[in-house]
Amino acid sequence: MSNELKKPGRILRAPENFIDASLSQAITKDGLNEERRNFLRKSFVTASAVIAGGAALTQGAMAATFQGDPNILNHTEYDQALGLPVTANPYGVPSKFEVNLVRRESPGLTQVGGASVSFAPLQGLFGIITPSGLHFERHHQGWHDMDPSKHRLMVMGMVKNPKVYTMDDLMRLPSVSRMHFIECGANSATEWGNVAVPTVQYTHGMISCSEFTGVLLSTLLDDCGYDKKNGKFVLAEGADGSGMTRTISMANALDDVMVVYGMNGEMLRPENGYPLRLVVPGVQGVSSVKWLRRIEVGDKPYDTKDEVSHYVDLQPDGQQRQYTSIQEAKSVITSPSGGQVLLGKGFYNITGLAWTGRGKITRVDVSADGGRNWRTARLETPVLSKALTRFNIDWVWDGSPVILQSRAIDDTGYVQPTINQLRGVRGTKSIYHNNAIQSWKIAEFGEVTNVQVK
Amino acid sequence: MYKLSKVILAVSLSVFSLAALAQPLPGIGRTATPNEIAAWDIDVRGDFKGIPKGAGSVALGNQVWDDKCASCHGTFGESMEVFGPIVGGTTKEDMKTGHVLSMVDGSEPKRSTLMKVNTLSTIWDYINRAMPWNAPKTLTADEVYGVTAYILHMGDILPANFVLSDKNIADVQKTMPNRNGMTRNHGMWEVKGKGDVKNIACMKDCIKKIEITSVLPDYACDAHGNIAEQNRHFGAVRGADTLLACNPDPSVAELNRIYNSPYRATASAPSTIVAITKPASVAPVLVETTGLDMLKQNKCTACHGVSNKIIGPGFKEIAAKYKGDAGAEKRLSAVVKNGGGGVWGGSMPAHGNLKDADIKTMIQWILTSAK
Repeated sequence: MSNELKKPGRILRAPENFIDASLSQAITKDGLNEERRNFLRKSFVTASAVIAGGAALTQGAMAATFQGDPNILNHTEYDQALGLPVTANPYGVPSKFEVNLVRRESPGLTQVGGASVSFAPLQGLFGIITPSGLHFERHHQGWHDMDPSKHRLMVMGMVKNPKVYTMDDLMRLPSVSRMHFIECGANSATEWGNVAVPTVQYTHGMISCSEFTGVLLSTLLDDCGYDKKNGKFVLAEGADGSGMTRTISMANALDDVMVVYGMNGEMLRPENGYPLRLVVPGVQGVSSVKWLRRIEVGDKPYDTKDEVSHYVDLQPDGQQRQYTSIQEAKSVITSPSGGQVLLGKGFYNITGLAWTGRGKITRVDVSADGGRNWRTARLETPVLSKALTRFNIDWVWDGSPVILQSRAIDDTGYVQPTINQLRGVRGTKSIYHNNAIQSWKIAEFGEVTNVQVK
Repeated sequence: MYKLSKVILAVSLSVFSLAALAQPLPGIGRTATPNEIAAWDIDVRGDFKGIPKGAGSVALGNQVWDDKCASCHGTFGESMEVFGPIVGGTTKEDMKTGHVLSMVDGSEPKRSTLMKVNTLSTIWDYINRAMPWNAPKTLTADEVYGVTAYILHMGDILPANFVLSDKNIADVQKTMPNRNGMTRNHGMWEVKGKGDVKNIACMKDCIKKIEITSVLPDYACDAHGNIAEQNRHFGAVRGADTLLACNPDPSVAELNRIYNSPYRATASAPSTIVAITKPASVAPVLVETTGLDMLKQNKCTACHGVSNKIIGPGFKEIAAKYKGDAGAEKRLSAVVKNGGGGVWGGSMPAHGNLKDADIKTMIQWILTSAK
């Protein structure tokens, strides 16, 4: 290892970035076997060598020189200095140390950023609420920061009195606040045929969950006197360049569809439709039209671009399923997950997310042996309808290779299927609605990778 | 006693009116005017409800296509460079059956628009509301008819002399190759529907032999950047340093690629926690400058990559082409402002909204700093 250090052009990781815990575990507990040495060299590069200096990597040397953790023995830059005043950040921002947990595009997935998607960093998020700044993005023709004082919502079509509402009007109406997930119908689409992406951010990051505040769509439909006999469908349309349009059935519209302005206690973020969007709970995200400006009541579906050319699911017989809206029960372990590396043998909290567009999650099972045996995980509260549910389960890793899986069950009794069960019915070309059980393989040296199993 | 019951009655009436929300809501919203409805009610349904009067020939469509559509979609609508292909994969036989055969046998690697759509109205509606991509809702109704006709002509559905109009579009619908290719016979339209895939919640000895059927291929090892920089540097796990794990003995060129990767979030972040010391010989060129920021803000980067072509040429390619050309700044500024074409094989739309000073800053950055 010391030879490598001297190699010109070799990248050296600075000491403050070095992983103390993993190294001490590696050395004091398991020794520095060849595999671990190789892995450390490859994955953590020369960090260990920088710190300990090659030959010093022995238990004896460590024990002889160890007086205590310098982070405890010495004063710090924080405990002997004055901190920043209030309102240094009038609108708070995350710690600078959290810079790695950001929305990211999947390279090669799309060619232009204005018609693309960014994925939420599920691998580092806690609980069920997605921070507003990390909510996944899907734009069809770019996003705008629209002036709320000029924004209008028109409700027309098969109604007694077509009306125009300003934001002033909408925010006077009876409001509801509800937690719901929004999941893109194409979440996990890359995995229909084979493993294609490395981490949970890219396999499952087109889901987010927020507390939304707004008006029930039924309130507005009632206000305009919608045609209760012949009004069977509703068209929602956005105010952006793409003029996003989606059909929603009247039953759905009257059930729990919301016209939303608030998100996690603040106004919607511009990327999420500021100042007004639709939220269609349990249904693929494309129906939750952002920058909502028009609602039309009609007697037939509207056959819009995203109901005819996209968001149709090709079946093996060549027919495309149209209006496949509901996001069926699904779960994924977010940590440990693909691309991550365990710090060593011992205790871990396996954690993940489960959700269903048909109601509530009732149970999540976790397997550490590729689906042979299962244990039931703890569901954290609240467990809400059409919202993310957080699950946790205790696990002790003995250092042997394992395959982790999670399996959600919802209150209709539906059990999340395997990828091969899905393929058996729908083939591999349907792009949308892949709700398969996700498998993460953990190798002997702790590296987690995305795999599919049979 | 009489007085008391009157009070009770008044109170209960007011409670009732709150609960029932007498319609319409008093003081909220106003009736939309006919002009307002006409301005926004642009959707065209599968049965052509909502389509405006008008007509456009294949020839008119061809002209509009070459000016405004071909740069993204290709001269023949076949391009996959920016968006999916629009034409390809349909046959005369499909026009008879209304089922596109290549959707069944998988003979077309990428599904084209004409393979997928069942309703012609959708093509008309979408072009009308959302195209051209960078200037939506700027085509006239006749132009939309023309472009729709031209697409169908490229797909061998309409002859070169055809004029598509509100009068004949329903007849043309009857020849759409995949008009019978949709099904709504599934349980995923409504929340009460039944799923089509069944699993059972077995708990013990569920599988005899577990076989790994797919893993990430080696060539994709670092395709998603450095996973170490997509995880915390503390906590239960770390991210694998894939850029280095996938490059066990990186050359200087590879190190440059690694350090200029878009996932090096440190370049624009107020943080030094990704503390990797870099030998001076491979120090990254920081591309974050005022000029590039402005190019991003003004959405130039939607069509131009820094080094590579997206729709238009990459900034680096432009810099190379005009190296040493003293008049380049002025000429390129005029192209940005007024539009132009031909130089790179496509056309650049006009950007009259941009300030001259901003254009100057951006052009100067392209010519001097795009590397």
